Amino acid sequence: MALIRHPKDFWAGVLFIVLGGGACIIALDYSFGSAGRMGPGYFPRALGLLLAGLGAILVLRSFKLVGEPISFPTFLPLGIVLLSVFVFGISVNALGLVVSTILLVLIASIASHEYRWKESVIAALCLAVFVVIAFRYGLKLQLPTWPSFLVGS
Amino acid sequence: MELISNLALGLGVALTFQNILYCFFGVLLGTLIGVLPGIGPVPTIAMLLPITYALPPVSALIMLAGIYYGAQYGGSTTAILVNLPGESSSVVTCIDGYQMARRGKAGKALSIAAIGSFIAGTFATLMVAAFAPPLAEVALKFGPAEYFSLMVLGLIAAVVLASGSLIKAIGMILLGLMLGIIGTDVNSGLQRYTFGLPELSDGIGFVVIAMGLFAFAEIIINLEHRGHREVFTDKVSGLLIKWSEFKEALPAILRGTGIGCCLGILPGGGALLSAFAAYTIEKKIAKDPSQFGKGDIRGVAAPESANNSGSQASFIPLLTLGIPPNAVMALMVGAMTIHSIQPGPQVMTSNPQLFWGLIASMWIGNLMLVILNLPMIGIWVKLLQVPYRLLYPGILVFCCIGTYSLQNNVFDIYLSVLFGVLGWIFVKLECEPAPLLLGFILGPLMEENLRRALLLSRGDPSVFMTRPLSATLLTLAAILLIIVALPMVRKKRAEAFQEQEEPA
Repeated sequence: MALIRHPKDFWAGVLFIVLGGGACIIALDYSFGSAGRMGPGYFPRALGLLLAGLGAILVLRSFKLVGEPISFPTFLPLGIVLLSVFVFGISVNALGLVVSTILLVLIASIASHEYRWKESVIAALCLAVFVVIAFRYGLKLQLPTWPSFLVGS
Repeated sequence: MELISNLALGLGVALTFQNILYCFFGVLLGTLIGVLPGIGPVPTIAMLLPITYALPPVSALIMLAGIYYGAQYGGSTTAILVNLPGESSSVVTCIDGYQMARRGKAGKALSIAAIGSFIAGTFATLMVAAFAPPLAEVALKFGPAEYFSLMVLGLIAAVVLASGSLIKAIGMILLGLMLGIIGTDVNSGLQRYTFGLPELSDGIGFVVIAMGLFAFAEIIINLEHRGHREVFTDKVSGLLIKWSEFKEALPAILRGTGIGCCLGILPGGGALLSAFAAYTIEKKIAKDPSQFGKGDIRGVAAPESANNSGSQASFIPLLTLGIPPNAVMALMVGAMTIHSIQPGPQVMTSNPQLFWGLIASMWIGNLMLVILNLPMIGIWVKLLQVPYRLLYPGILVFCCIGTYSLQNNVFDIYLSVLFGVLGWIFVKLECEPAPLLLGFILGPLMEENLRRALLLSRGDPSVFMTRPLSATLLTLAAILLIIVALPMVRKKRAEAFQEQEEPA
């Protein structure tokens, strides 16, 4: 890896090339038109090329400039936090607001290095009550509150 | 005296019972999220957007604006008491504010921050009222070419003033512009980048992007650092400041206010940059700069005034040109679009009550904030003692419900998870997400105006240079880029941002 002296720039460059290039390739299916009568493909292709170009500069530069390595202290929060949000998403329609909120809090709490399970259970219950009062009755949002197999829908 | 009659009209709107209530709710919430590190105005406003559907447009905007400038007040409390910026714009306040607290002058620091913010808020309100009409007049002469050039200037300025790598910031803007393309093309009806998903045919909601990039990514990064939060729990007393101390701080407050007003108007400017510039200038012109960093009252007064006037001044480009200068204003565009108000120069003439009501509410909100932040400081101190492990699950719950209730659709929640991953990658690669959101908001507008301008000129790109206003704007953008690219300025800029990051 001695060749890449600025890993943050290098990978940002790679990301830009992939996204810009990808967008450009997809946009090949959209008609390009001409400057006077622009087709739907004109703007995306121009942007994609520009982005990929910038990415290339970043990659080339990363061989010369020196930068710190990217630090990954732990992947636990990334996985847990996003998992908890995902679980909320798959459960909210079927299980309702109360159960989803409790699930989200119970899962998300694990990500903290000061995790205490009793505390998170209490927090989950309190939040569930608060959320129902505030969003269901206070702001009258249209959300299923209870599991659909209990109340029937 | 048109100004006075306009302000009177605005006060009439802002002082109705309902609007006072929403203003209060906004500044209260703003203070709350300002005090709490780890959640800022961007996700909060994004979260509340769906709720504003039901409100009258004036009340909705008054409340959302209150959150933004309220957060500037709240952020200073955390900066002074915990040495942590509750809000990114109070980074500089940490330096002298915390030192004052350590010397037992926490109450005085809090007082001067609130008083300075109030004075700044008052001036900024007047300035918005005075400068918005003439600017809107100019904006009415704008055609598609001018709009396109103006947006280019805005985006370039946002890049120049953002911290970190220039190339990465431009890349992030381009990425934002491209994300804005997703959905149905208005001219041809073609589905672009929807990958056959019907949920994407209306495009991605910016709330989804804001949640993922700002809220989720920030929580994840906070959790990765295992640091313990050290809370300054000493009793906060001695809020009263002596007349002599006030006299010492007053010039700093006024200078900070002025700097905030000027920098707030610039795209990409706003609160953070203003605070930083005000502190630096204050340190430069002080007779005895040795006191700075050791608890100098001016080191609190100047940046706190600047960030407040800066946040309010950033409403000017939004209200007059319809162009959001930062991410929070981009969300305000969203709030206006929800109520089918097209932000721009016509708002003032077609919706004078909304326009002047919003401006007048800012002053009322500032008054409320002084009361909220001084006599009730004890409550905010208590709040600071709530550990983060209890806070972030709550924030996540609110984010999820906010995202879901946008369209009662779980697809948006999944999408926000995806943007959470992307946001995390961006933090790791030191790519700032704010320009992306700005690009995302401006993207569709830019494409539309570019198409129209070139359609009118029959494909001749010289239209951007032959129309004088457009040419001026593009030249300004080019000059800005060249200036930053000069090696000498580049070094200065790097130094400036480094100094700013140190105390954090």
